[in-house]
Amino acid sequence: MQERDLRDLIENVREGKLPRRSFIQQMVSLGLTAPMASMMLMHSGVAQAQVPSTYKPTKRGGGGALKVLWWQGATLLQPHFAAGTKDQEGSRIFYEPLAVWDNDGNLVPVLATEIPSRENGGLSADGKSVTWKLKKGVTWHDGQPFTADDCVFTADFARDPASAAVTSGVYKDVKVDKVDSHTIRVSFSKATPFWATAFVAAEGMIIPKHLFAPYIGGKSREAPNNLKPVGTGPYKFVEFKPGDIVRGEINNNYHMPNRPFFDSIEMKGGGDAASAARAVLQTGEYDYAWNLQVEDEVLKRMEAGGKGRVQIVSSGDIEFIQLNPTDPFTEVDGERSSMKTKHFAFTDPAVRQAMALLADRKSIQEFIYGRTGIATSNFLNNPPRFRSPNTSFEFNIDKANQILDGAGWKKGADGVREKGGKKMKFVYQTSVNGIRQKEQAIVKQACQKAGIELELKSVTAAVFFSSDVANPDTYGKFYCDMQMYTTTMTQPDAERFMDQYLTKEISAKANKWQGRNICRWSNDEYDKAFHAAEGELDPVKRAALFIRMNDMVIKDGVVLPLISRPRVRGSNLKLVTRLSGWDLDFAGLQDWYREV
Amino acid sequence: MAGSTPASPSDKPPAASAVSPLNSAAPAQNVRPPVSPAAEAWRRFKRHRLAVVSLVVLLIMVAMVVFGPLLWKVAINEIDFTARLKGPSLAHPLGTDDLGQDLFARMLYGGRISLAVGMAAMLMAICVGVLIGSIAGMSRGAVDTALMWLTDLFLSLPQLPLLLLLIYLFRDRLKAAFGPEVGVFIMIVFVIGCFRWMPVARLVRAQFFSLREKEFVEAARALGASTTRQVVRHILPNALGPVIVAGTIDVAAAIIAESTLSFLGLGFPPDIPTWGRILFDSKDYLDIAAHWALFPGLAIFLAVLAINFIGDGLRDALDPRRVL
Amino acid sequence: MGPYLLRRLAVALPSLLGISVVLFTILALAPGDPFEELATNPNVPAEVREMLRHKFGLDDPVYLRYFHWLVAMLHGDWGFSFISRVDVDTLIWQRVPVTLAVIGASQLLALAVALPVGVISARKPYSWFDRIASTLAFVGFSLPTFFTGLLLILLFSIKLDWLPFVYRADIAATGWQWWWEQIRQSIMPVMVLGLFQAASWTRYVRSSMLDVIRLDYVTTARSKGLAERVVILKHVVRNALIPVVTLVALTMPQVFGGAIVTEQIFRIPGIGSLLIDAILRNDTPVIMAVTFVFACLVIVFNLIADLLYGWLDPRISFR
Repeated sequence: MQERDLRDLIENVREGKLPRRSFIQQMVSLGLTAPMASMMLMHSGVAQAQVPSTYKPTKRGGGGALKVLWWQGATLLQPHFAAGTKDQEGSRIFYEPLAVWDNDGNLVPVLATEIPSRENGGLSADGKSVTWKLKKGVTWHDGQPFTADDCVFTADFARDPASAAVTSGVYKDVKVDKVDSHTIRVSFSKATPFWATAFVAAEGMIIPKHLFAPYIGGKSREAPNNLKPVGTGPYKFVEFKPGDIVRGEINNNYHMPNRPFFDSIEMKGGGDAASAARAVLQTGEYDYAWNLQVEDEVLKRMEAGGKGRVQIVSSGDIEFIQLNPTDPFTEVDGERSSMKTKHFAFTDPAVRQAMALLADRKSIQEFIYGRTGIATSNFLNNPPRFRSPNTSFEFNIDKANQILDGAGWKKGADGVREKGGKKMKFVYQTSVNGIRQKEQAIVKQACQKAGIELELKSVTAAVFFSSDVANPDTYGKFYCDMQMYTTTMTQPDAERFMDQYLTKEISAKANKWQGRNICRWSNDEYDKAFHAAEGELDPVKRAALFIRMNDMVIKDGVVLPLISRPRVRGSNLKLVTRLSGWDLDFAGLQDWYREV
Repeated sequence: MAGSTPASPSDKPPAASAVSPLNSAAPAQNVRPPVSPAAEAWRRFKRHRLAVVSLVVLLIMVAMVVFGPLLWKVAINEIDFTARLKGPSLAHPLGTDDLGQDLFARMLYGGRISLAVGMAAMLMAICVGVLIGSIAGMSRGAVDTALMWLTDLFLSLPQLPLLLLLIYLFRDRLKAAFGPEVGVFIMIVFVIGCFRWMPVARLVRAQFFSLREKEFVEAARALGASTTRQVVRHILPNALGPVIVAGTIDVAAAIIAESTLSFLGLGFPPDIPTWGRILFDSKDYLDIAAHWALFPGLAIFLAVLAINFIGDGLRDALDPRRVL
Repeated sequence: MGPYLLRRLAVALPSLLGISVVLFTILALAPGDPFEELATNPNVPAEVREMLRHKFGLDDPVYLRYFHWLVAMLHGDWGFSFISRVDVDTLIWQRVPVTLAVIGASQLLALAVALPVGVISARKPYSWFDRIASTLAFVGFSLPTFFTGLLLILLFSIKLDWLPFVYRADIAATGWQWWWEQIRQSIMPVMVLGLFQAASWTRYVRSSMLDVIRLDYVTTARSKGLAERVVILKHVVRNALIPVVTLVALTMPQVFGGAIVTEQIFRIPGIGSLLIDAILRNDTPVIMAVTFVFACLVIVFNLIADLLYGWLDPRISFR
């Protein structure tokens, strides 16, 4: 996918020959995000589509209670302290950002009057500043007016290292100036093509200055409003029990007309995904459930009751296997899986090729994930026109056997291949998760038929995904031959997703295994391309670079993408939601209603 | 009189005059040849039909899990998507699970581990519990207080963090010393046994408190029996009632605990089909494929039942108050 | 008994302290990091994570952390949760009423079932009643609670649609309506937990009753012409209760943090689920507070049991 091809596509969109939505989908399939694609179009002057509203109710309230199940309950309600999406969702009921991403990658204004662009003067020509116009007449739940001061304060709060806000990375390098009571200007130190980070989406929720000002910095943890949020959102705070329940009631002064539909909202936490699915799909006790990580077979059966349905929203999450290019069982200078060692098998490209042939993605998709997963060999589904080389996936045990035979790995007496006295016995680890254990079983059987023996290991999620320096089972340490997990595209911009393959990010003892390059892959060309992309102002050139980098990673075979995992939610048949794969579930909460 | 309640339905209450030692009319004919205590216990055990049947059942189960995999050659992890979630049939006597794996083979293979872990953990818990309980029950003052402090400590320990810690500390060392499978087995038995000895200890101690004041113990003491002898020959056999019940319950609990460990990623690898694990894997499919959960549940139930009746028989066989 | 009681109380305090040291050390050594979710979030720079660790004193040596904790405890400050950024005692107090209501009720149910069933079984061993009761008891404790809970949910919530299975601590109703709703949602968890407990307790009651019923003085009492009921209740049960008292004392503290699986299945916001969440997220202050209360309860109930032995069997001396 060359840069020229990208520009041609954009021209087609501008001339109306290619629907905007198709373009976005194609970009997503190449490994970019919908927001990035949207920004590319915007930069090239293709105006954003006006999304017609499908909201039907004609008056505010009267809809009764909205009951939702989040089987990981929210533990705090301050968006800038959120330790995970569950806390962000809980906060999002009450707080709002200036704009959110919809499912097609369009920016939709919430507290802003319109989306800044070159035409309306919101985006500066040099790409160094963005001017947002705020809605007038918006009040906080306690009646105080919402002004530009609150935005400036939010940025100061998040930026202050003493507050220990988790959103500080977003506001660290930006300056926010108040232009007048309802206009702010966000300035960057250098030209930034992807400018929609501050005050947008989950990290952009704005907190009231008049309540939080005395608690900035070191006293941030003492603010009483950490537990009693006062925001501008569609619902006002009623009750919060950490890990258990969040309750809100209708905000009668909400700034959008006829919204919200429901009189109250209740977000209950706890339990597991399967019982959450039952509560929505089978008994109808709840209207909506988050993240139903359950086998599709079970979900289908539950839907048969006719009370609810499963909603699948595509996003950028990929489940993949990593092959360790270093030796996990030899200790060098106090660390295993050190870059100074080499793996006896996975440094052989033939072995990597064989392993790629042994992952039965189709069966995994068909029999385990069903609708909730799509087999992939690249970072998402590929429409035929834009297939990069080597992105087709194949499951062929015989071919794998041939390749291994040809590369000198001969089967021994016990059926296990060996070369140079070393047997192909690998340890394959992942987190504890019913679905993942089944994937492991499938891969293990295929490998067995090819003469490779796998020892399966499952580590409890709290330990696997931790950054504990002392624990040998974390995914950062990668003290085994193969590991599998899902990488989430948490940022709308792919740059922070792609930096996990840089040489300087390699996870090692020196950086306490906090480096993001867990698979320890090192490639000079990739590093060069990344640096070029960092400084690239033209989003189209940048996108082309990202696509090339994406292909480099896949071609080398150290990372085997398996399944692209869209978001799976359950909802009552009559509930109408507005879900986006690029933002929080509650990004469109004010537009949810129930059909009669 | 003593022993007027039979301990088993096949047991008979002793006839009134048959063995009265005061019946001196025909002493010569009624004298039996000398019998060792072990043989005597075995004879008494054999009298309880239910206990004998249970022993046979248990031996059959053990034989099946030990020799079964050698005879039933279907692989335990042969994934066959065309045969998912099928009920019992000729090819798969107990049906298949959602990956098409044969449940019969999996149960035979996993049964080894479940039964072994269940029995071993139970024995460990009982032995440690009886030991500590008897020492605490016989002594007074400082020793009792210290042992009860230890018991209270173990009772208050939060199991999960402790498990994580123990496994993280000892897993590699055990694997290196004993090989991967045996190492994990030892660790699991130790860990499960560690959390189940406390109730046994307290029960035994409570029994000791009440038994050591009884006249027969006083009599033994008067005859010059040492403390150890009093405990082993006189008190302990009478204190065994709750211990046996605890034993039965512990077997079931140990089998389930092993599956909990595996679910947390701390026990055997996830593809080893122990009975508790199969039960756990099947829970979301209860309404679709009930057979998947039925068989492991039945197996655990049978094992528990068998051990219980054997325990009843044992108690009666070893009960020194029985006259027959 | 007086001096014995005083002695035990005097010993209880240092033993509690000793237990707290061991607990704290184990928690400090156990693997896991309360801020692990932040590590995977590229928006959180490493300095912020370090700052958080420093703020919560996670970088201090173990004995120093223990000392801080002890001093704070003595002042009534139970600590501050890393994960929720809330005071720990707030978290605990929010959950005590529900825990007592549901888990407490299940223990009472267990006792109410186990005692009569065990006694009647022992009266007529191997009768039909006994066989059925024993079989049910075996089934009861062979099946784990996650399983029986699920069975009940499938039957009563999904198939029959009689009972809700997600527990709501805040029912918006008053008076009779509130009680009715409360009972409807509590029946299943109370049954699951209570019957599981009752299954093993029945066996213990039966076994110890059988032990006592064979003794000579029971025959004496019967031959004196006392009514069977008096014999059983006055002579047999009292002596047979010793193991039962031990067991009840052992399981009472479970109310405070033991019924983890049942709470998970029915989403009951009790202390068990608080504990397991805290453990999985390595929220040490919460774990420490809950286990400490648990330890206190263990010590108190075992002390009560020891005292009760003397009341039940007057021959037991406290020297």
